[in-house]
Amino acid sequence: MVDTTQAVYEILSRIADPEIPVLTILDLGIVRNVEVKDQEVIVTITSTYTGCPAMDMIATQIRMELAAAGYSSVRIEQSIRPAWTTDWMSEAGKEKLKEYGIAPPDKRFTIPEDGVACPRCGSNNTRLVSEFGSTACKALYQCRDCQEPFDFFKCH
Amino acid sequence: MDVNPTTEFVLHLADNALILGQRNAEWCGHGPVLEQDIAISNISLDLIGQARSFYQYAAELQGNGATEDSLAYLRNERQFRNCLLVEQPKGDWATTTLRQFFFSTYQQLLFQQLLSHSDERIAAIAEKTLKEVNYHVRWSSEWVIRLGDGTAESHRRLEQAIQDLWLFTGELFTSTHYEIESGVDVALLRSNWEEKIRSNFEEASAEMPTNVFARTGGKTGLHSEHLGFMLAELQYLQRSFPGCEW
Repeated sequence: MVDTTQAVYEILSRIADPEIPVLTILDLGIVRNVEVKDQEVIVTITSTYTGCPAMDMIATQIRMELAAAGYSSVRIEQSIRPAWTTDWMSEAGKEKLKEYGIAPPDKRFTIPEDGVACPRCGSNNTRLVSEFGSTACKALYQCRDCQEPFDFFKCH
Repeated sequence: MDVNPTTEFVLHLADNALILGQRNAEWCGHGPVLEQDIAISNISLDLIGQARSFYQYAAELQGNGATEDSLAYLRNERQFRNCLLVEQPKGDWATTTLRQFFFSTYQQLLFQQLLSHSDERIAAIAEKTLKEVNYHVRWSSEWVIRLGDGTAESHRRLEQAIQDLWLFTGELFTSTHYEIESGVDVALLRSNWEEKIRSNFEEASAEMPTNVFARTGGKTGLHSEHLGFMLAELQYLQRSFPGCEW
């Protein structure tokens, strides 16, 4: 059983978030549990934001990948409590975000007016452009030094 | 409608979120600037996400084959339990942001109360969505200040929006039987809500209305003329092509 659970996690670790494809769903911390019961694989996932439109697609991807690996009986459950937080994002995930050009969440602040480190040049001389970015989980900033506009993954 | 009070209360929460989400979505592609177009659309998406969580639960409580979709798309106007405030037309930007500020501040206080509600599912949804509501309060309160302290024109528009919307705020704190029977006291939220609105209005150099007249009815299914038109648009596809998926 333990081996099956590990094998399932191995498969899940290859599934990318549809909106931020550099992150896997494990990096994001939205996989809450994997359980194997009587040949059935039960994967519990949680949404980042309640309206996240990627959830249905993520559930479909999990089903497809597990089916391709030979797991014929799969159940996806959704949990809402405890509520997802950016604290569940892996450190590796935060590094990948930064390389991708998105400033990773920072525990020190939610949506600061300025001071978020620019993922391009590293400067803290940046400003908030909009509290809502291209997806629910991000806010839009601009670097005053290199002028690069960038997304900041809101601490949630 | 003979339903259990908790189901009706959950439907009320869902309807509030769906109707305001749909209203705000009318701005999609029409926002005053791109960033704010994205902001209001994001808030719309959060609200529709909230609505789904509540409808899914209401469908489970109701049984008889109800689904989140049947509750959203196949009920008539009189069966909707949303407050009048959320169904009012989007108006101008001042009307939209002020309404959001009134409503999100109310939701923030209500969901804080619901965190300790005896129904665990309601408490869990409140906990999850409160994090998003906090953003809505922050964004909308800043817009009220910006408009109030902006130009003579923006100030005039804010004052007009206050005039237009104030009479719909009293309903938020007028208890219905299903709230009382679900162990929720919305009247308790009023003084904290007024305090938050007052301090924000002071910063925005806007007058706090003294008018106490409140229009009510939405929460028990007696709506203004605006809801029917909105439902006609929202429900058209499912009514014309039942069960349609794409």
